[in-house]
Amino acid sequence: MNAIDTALTGKSAVKLISGNHACALGAIAAGCRFFAGYPITPSSEIAERLARQLSEVDGVFVQMEDEIASMAAVIGASMGGVKAMTATSGPGFSLKQENIGYAAGAEIPCVIVNVMRGGPSTGMPTRPSQADIMQARWGSHGDYPIIVLTPASVGEIYSETLRAFDLAERCRTPVVLLYDQVIAQLSETVALDGAGHASATRKWASGPRAAYQPYDGGSDAIPAMARPGDGYRTHTTGLTHSESGFPTQQPEAVTRNLSRLFSKLERHRDLIDSSEALHCDDADVVIVAIGISARAATRAVEQCRAQGLRVGLFRPITFWPFPEKQLRQAAAKARAVLVPEMNTGQLRLVVERVLAGVAVEGLHLFSGEAITPSDIAARATALARGA
Amino acid sequence: MLIDTAADFDVRDYLRKEMMPHFLCPGCGHGIALRALLWAIHDLGLDKDRLAVVSGIGCAGRLSAYIDANTFHVTHGRPLAYATGLALARPDLHVVVITGDGDCLAIGGNHLIHACRRNLKLTCLMLNNEVYGMTGGQVSPTTSETRLTTTTPLGNQEPHFDACALATAAGAGFVGREVTHHVPKLKELIKAGLEHPGFAFVEVQSDCTEIFGRKNDMGSSSEMIMRQKSEIRPSAYLDTVDTPFRSNALPTGILARNDRPEYGATYRRAAAARKGAS
Repeated sequence: MNAIDTALTGKSAVKLISGNHACALGAIAAGCRFFAGYPITPSSEIAERLARQLSEVDGVFVQMEDEIASMAAVIGASMGGVKAMTATSGPGFSLKQENIGYAAGAEIPCVIVNVMRGGPSTGMPTRPSQADIMQARWGSHGDYPIIVLTPASVGEIYSETLRAFDLAERCRTPVVLLYDQVIAQLSETVALDGAGHASATRKWASGPRAAYQPYDGGSDAIPAMARPGDGYRTHTTGLTHSESGFPTQQPEAVTRNLSRLFSKLERHRDLIDSSEALHCDDADVVIVAIGISARAATRAVEQCRAQGLRVGLFRPITFWPFPEKQLRQAAAKARAVLVPEMNTGQLRLVVERVLAGVAVEGLHLFSGEAITPSDIAARATALARGA
Repeated sequence: MLIDTAADFDVRDYLRKEMMPHFLCPGCGHGIALRALLWAIHDLGLDKDRLAVVSGIGCAGRLSAYIDANTFHVTHGRPLAYATGLALARPDLHVVVITGDGDCLAIGGNHLIHACRRNLKLTCLMLNNEVYGMTGGQVSPTTSETRLTTTTPLGNQEPHFDACALATAAGAGFVGREVTHHVPKLKELIKAGLEHPGFAFVEVQSDCTEIFGRKNDMGSSSEMIMRQKSEIRPSAYLDTVDTPFRSNALPTGILARNDRPEYGATYRRAAAARKGAS
């Protein structure tokens, strides 16, 4: 049985695959039936795999003329009612930002994979980085909410891809799947069990056309979407709009719509939030990390514990909205916090804000190399002994 | 070419009346182009529920909001890319793109040439008014040489694009051009574009009286439209005797047509064949 059969039939199989291949298979299992992309290292395997496999499930793969067009085509497909995804890396992620903002503002579900490589600019295409944390949140102009997921293993890339589609569809929002080059191209054994996953469907408009308001958030702040062909004949625009979907600059209508948009994700934090705390209950030192740095930190925690040092790890899986409450809880007894990351301090900045008053130290590596467990263990040990 | 009357066509059946009055300036040719598009849609009996109109940013981009269909007003220069995703994902929809000369040929030029090359079934209506009207009258890729705009105070020094020649060279399955003076002919041209099985590019010579015309002392809207009319050379009359006497002969009518396979159907056939083989 090949991996695609497994993904579709639900017959669980364990496969040795890379993170990017796991992402592609997770997308198929989640019901993704449209992919538009543009070649870029180190994400291209996702496109290559989906080019073969989407056609097998009556889906569509298209390689567009550029990164901007790929993002646009994905939003176009999703406006047509089809679950859609694109994948890219740093420079391509920059190019997609304007259209990501459109998807956020017009509330079009879609999934964007950004495999982080060294930057800025063309940077180090084959080397890992974790420097797009802030861009994933704030990359497009204006103010808007977005969901960003940061898996830390090949298996988690698979399961978080499933969750990315669920959250995008349920909350009518773009979701960014953000992971580094190491786990993208690392091969691990993964249980491909996603086909049994009850995939979320979008809330579709129903009832009489006259009573339908395309951007009325109803009781949960998430508007029902009209599927083209169902007779609603609505207007979708990147201009600020009222509940009717038509452009407005009327201050009350603008405030009402944007307030609902900003509140939308906050109201569904139970659904969105995901994080993991390892040995944090009694920890003097809490390490906060994501992606491959969190994998290294896990080993560092084990090494420290073996020496009797009270060190724990807090790992955001949903990075944005940031799990602030969960981090405060995990670091409740911590006297020091260590943030190892492959950038100059993007995660540290968030942690410092959330844990105001606690000493937060960064371990920043931006040489194109991954942070090792021994690097983290040495710093954590020093902090634990000093603390 | 059949020149019929609009006896059975009421444009109000295809407009969102709640969006009226529209925001176009007095004398703008875009309203004439919109009417011709809606007339063509009416003549073909296209189902409004299955009609999707995707438009970009600019004066032309705002027209989608007036059409009673599934309408999408997207980012600047990208309507063809959005429409490509929509049409590939939903082959049951009839997808029309409305764009302007800046939207289509400057910021969106890359999408145009690749849409022509790909030959997915889409009808692209480019309203050419030679200027960025919405932003106040800056030079565009189709502004004629020596024309004054707010960003060419010395007169435009750059050569202008021939959009139809570009679309033809890039392989578009259907290419045509018409002026707003000839409304029934424009309607027939758009109809032929809508009926074409692959990518159809239709350029409408529109006029921007308020900004471009005023800046260049081109007179009233009717004077601008009559001047455009005097400067065309319909492709149907290529061999007529008056051709050599025209000072500026812009070809109009159907300018290129080929029967290259439509991309969406080709893709689906290839996928089905592979599934059948495995």
